[in-house]
Amino acid sequence: MKISAEEIKKIALLSRLEIKEDQIDSTGKQLNDILSYMDLISQVDITDVQPTAHAVSMRNVMRDDVPRPSLPNDKALQNAPEPENGYFKVPKVIQD
Amino acid sequence: MEPLTIHGLHDKLVKGELSAVELTKKFLAHKDAVEPRIQAFLSDNRQFALEAAAAVDKKISAGENIADLAGIPGAIKDNICIKGQQATCASKMLEHFKSPYNAAIIDKLMAADYVSLGKTNMDEFAMGSSTENSAFQITHNPWHADYVPGGSSGGSAAAVAANECVWALGSDTGGSIRQPAAYCGVVGIKPTYGLVSRYGLIAFASSLDQIGSFTHDVEDCAIVLNTITGHDVKDSTSIPQEPKDYKKSLVNDVMGMKIGIPKEFFGEGLDEACRKSLEEAMETYKQLGAEIVSVSMPHIKYGIAAYYIIAPAEASSNLARYDGVGFGLRVEGKDIVDMYQKTRSQGFGPEVRRRILLGTYVLSSGYYDAYYLRAMKVRTLIKQDYDEALKQCDILLTPTAPDTAFKIGQNDDNPLAMYLGDVCTVTLNLAGLPGISIPCGYKNGLPVGMQLIGKALDEETLLRAAYTFEQHRTDLRRPSPMGEVEL
Amino acid sequence: MKYESVIGLEVHVELKTKTKIFCGCSTEFGAEPNTHVCPICLGLPGVLPVLNKEVLHFAIKAGLALHCDILPFSKFDRKNYYYPDLPKNFQTSQFDLPICKGGYVDIEVNGEARRIHLTRIHMEEDAGKLVHSGATIDTSDSTCVDYNRTGVPLLEIVGEPELRSGEEARAYLEKLRAVLQYLGVSDCRLEEGSMRCDANISVRPVGSTTLGTKTEIKNINSFSGVQKGIEYEAVRQAQILDEGGTIQQATRGWEEAKGITVLQRIKEGDSDYRYFPEPDLIPIEVAPAYIEEVRGELPEMPDARRKRFMEELGLPEYDANLLTLEKQTADYFEAVVRDGADAKTASNWMLGEFAKKLNEEGLRADQAPVQPDRLAELLGLIAKGTISGKIAKTVLPEMWSSGKTAAAVVKEKGLVQITDTGALEEIVKKIIAANPQSVADYRAGKKKAIGFLVGQIMKETKGRANPGAVNELLTKNLQ
Repeated sequence: MKISAEEIKKIALLSRLEIKEDQIDSTGKQLNDILSYMDLISQVDITDVQPTAHAVSMRNVMRDDVPRPSLPNDKALQNAPEPENGYFKVPKVIQD
Repeated sequence: MEPLTIHGLHDKLVKGELSAVELTKKFLAHKDAVEPRIQAFLSDNRQFALEAAAAVDKKISAGENIADLAGIPGAIKDNICIKGQQATCASKMLEHFKSPYNAAIIDKLMAADYVSLGKTNMDEFAMGSSTENSAFQITHNPWHADYVPGGSSGGSAAAVAANECVWALGSDTGGSIRQPAAYCGVVGIKPTYGLVSRYGLIAFASSLDQIGSFTHDVEDCAIVLNTITGHDVKDSTSIPQEPKDYKKSLVNDVMGMKIGIPKEFFGEGLDEACRKSLEEAMETYKQLGAEIVSVSMPHIKYGIAAYYIIAPAEASSNLARYDGVGFGLRVEGKDIVDMYQKTRSQGFGPEVRRRILLGTYVLSSGYYDAYYLRAMKVRTLIKQDYDEALKQCDILLTPTAPDTAFKIGQNDDNPLAMYLGDVCTVTLNLAGLPGISIPCGYKNGLPVGMQLIGKALDEETLLRAAYTFEQHRTDLRRPSPMGEVEL
Repeated sequence: MKYESVIGLEVHVELKTKTKIFCGCSTEFGAEPNTHVCPICLGLPGVLPVLNKEVLHFAIKAGLALHCDILPFSKFDRKNYYYPDLPKNFQTSQFDLPICKGGYVDIEVNGEARRIHLTRIHMEEDAGKLVHSGATIDTSDSTCVDYNRTGVPLLEIVGEPELRSGEEARAYLEKLRAVLQYLGVSDCRLEEGSMRCDANISVRPVGSTTLGTKTEIKNINSFSGVQKGIEYEAVRQAQILDEGGTIQQATRGWEEAKGITVLQRIKEGDSDYRYFPEPDLIPIEVAPAYIEEVRGELPEMPDARRKRFMEELGLPEYDANLLTLEKQTADYFEAVVRDGADAKTASNWMLGEFAKKLNEEGLRADQAPVQPDRLAELLGLIAKGTISGKIAKTVLPEMWSSGKTAAAVVKEKGLVQITDTGALEEIVKKIIAANPQSVADYRAGKKKAIGFLVGQIMKETKGRANPGAVNELLTKNLQ
């Protein structure tokens, strides 16, 4: 197995996804199948190869420091699950 | 009978043979009749469509010039933002989300007086190759209801193939326009990365996503491209260049054009009937004076692996914003972490969750170098393969998919099998190159697609090759499986 | 055992651009919640960032002033973590290719000059603000989020762990503030949060070369807090070690009121931020010509100004140091001198009465209601002998509150100095007559007794008597 149950729990927490005990095996198996296939790229000779992060080779795309109108508060909160007094309200934040 | 096209209908509108409102009503009636079988749409926009059509009629009667696309019914994939409208990405997460802004291309379409009948179904967050991953409905292939329309832009492809609309927009991250176009027997183009603004396209994998179109023919494809392409200052990856008139590329001539056949696309996995159709297509080109050359692209075989590392990695980050705080679904929890986890677990479907986990894993410490960084280097090699191949020829010709459409439910428990089906399309996105899929045959009544691949920003040559093929292979024209719209 | 501290500061400063780093929303402080927001900084589905040119400009300017190398090729990366002040749940920052590397800050503490090296400076976006409904974060059951600050451009300035005391840390931070204020790239207000400082500190036995376990102090919002927090933490850690304990790697909060640090959270290895290149932003290439152009814009920096104050204006080093610590103070001082005041007198006033008034009201020099030309006029009245220095100290607060000129205040209140020897001599004679004992003491050789008599005369004249003239007249009449 390329990915252990512990690792699945760790990445589930990093991704903020719930993973129930009875899902770990099936999830693990699928991810393992996929990751085993991904091992194909370990065969590639990547000596001196630069990584490509962008499909375009442009540089320095910037805008001028000119203000643009913001959204009015009601529009900003239009899709909020729980707007309150102009704020976005969320449950208690615990320090992590 | 042949499907109604943008260019054909534009002439009729301009000549006053019918009004845009009448046209829209005809399409709405046809759509109402076939939609229960196809299920291509996630929203019904008829009121807006009729208002927009009426505005076009007003312009025509006032003697004003109208754009080529003006008043012709179309559809928009539900991952493109339109102010005041839904943009669900076929996800429960965004079921009730309404966009407060327009995508850049919507502004361009508005300037062209577009008419859209609604937003179309897709795989959730564009992750999938069959549109089965929609949280809301299964879209059926118009050529056979038991088959998928392809994906992720399956709704747009099926809607055009079923004549529910004349044109539709989709997005393509690893083949999401070309593959459903092939499965549904229509023309689908993924332009060069950076040619069409991504501003307002809900991101799946930012370095791969690109908006493109579905149409019945290549001329319509050129018209839609003319409307949606162009530099946009709101998208840092938008390429600054002068606007082009792609209709000028509709030249019926490929004499002397060099067409490369990368042998890696024609290996064991390719269905024999599809291979035969593609060989016939090569023969057609040869007869028309094109030169067929064999090319080799040694790194293509790593394409799926590299793609399914890079795309989920970017997706894991792009989709982090769906957390129940600012917009979209919230499922209450005992504290914020619990709320995040419940919201994301219930809001996302299994394929999206799988890709988020995969993407998180390949970026996590200890695995970044072996997976993500290595995949980015393989991406470089794949890009170089394309550069080399396209030095030797003008375009490349490949299958769009290894086979025709598959049955609904066939790949349900086998995500890897589904991924492997994207083998012909993903590498273009990695390289940022343009590709077009056009019909080149039929197998058991299902369309076979041919993919033409061009140099970056050379959509002209692609369109010219596709147009010439289409003009000569009239034998491929078939009546629409869902019947034509009668004017 | 004797310990030494190893201290490194991570400083965040908000850049004074008009708009946010990736969208056109205003960066202005203090607006109604969620009114300086747009689809982009709210991280709505489908939006894309575009870099604000001025952010790069300011970053390069800061880098040059702090002697950094400007990287010819730089890029943005995503730092992934979930927190409700971060709408996208990733922060767009710079990871392996920041805009600036290296550089240094020269400080001087107790006469010892030290050069503190910088690791790097990078550009990133600020997060929003959480407002808790309960008294503290622990007692509230919900939190409200304001995204106005989200996307305000930040520079993160990472220093090498070369500082050895709280005093040095403070000097380092003050110097950074001075440089950035001189450049005009940031306000650097610790209290308003436009400058933020996290301090990493560990202690080790003197002579040891291995690093101890470090703690990170957060929430420091004053310069004295930086110094005191570090000093407290160094003592705390040393005590634990002396008692045979071990230091826990943790984040600790500085509680200004109590003057202590308290445990916030324990760090179990570094968080997994899964940095990767930001696909929505294009890499940056800085041309050498642009770097030179920005270099040409650099104003006189604090060190140069301090030197000039000493050499050209003849100020003592102590004065020059204090006057150049904040750009506004130095600008104000120079304006006073330009308007005719003597440099040393102006310095005495700036660091004395003027500073006292500013402190009382929590103002910066440029916010003082008394303009430099007005202060210069006041100092001019002293120089001309119109009023005494002592009287002037009562005139300044009056000018401050009423907005009147020094001359007007002096005239209105009748504060003009009595230099007329005829009038003064009468008063002197009267006081001598009234205080025979003091006169006798003086005549008996107790020269100090004259002080009492001067005091009596000043009292009689409400301080308006010219002190020189009084002394002269007293001496003469006591003969």
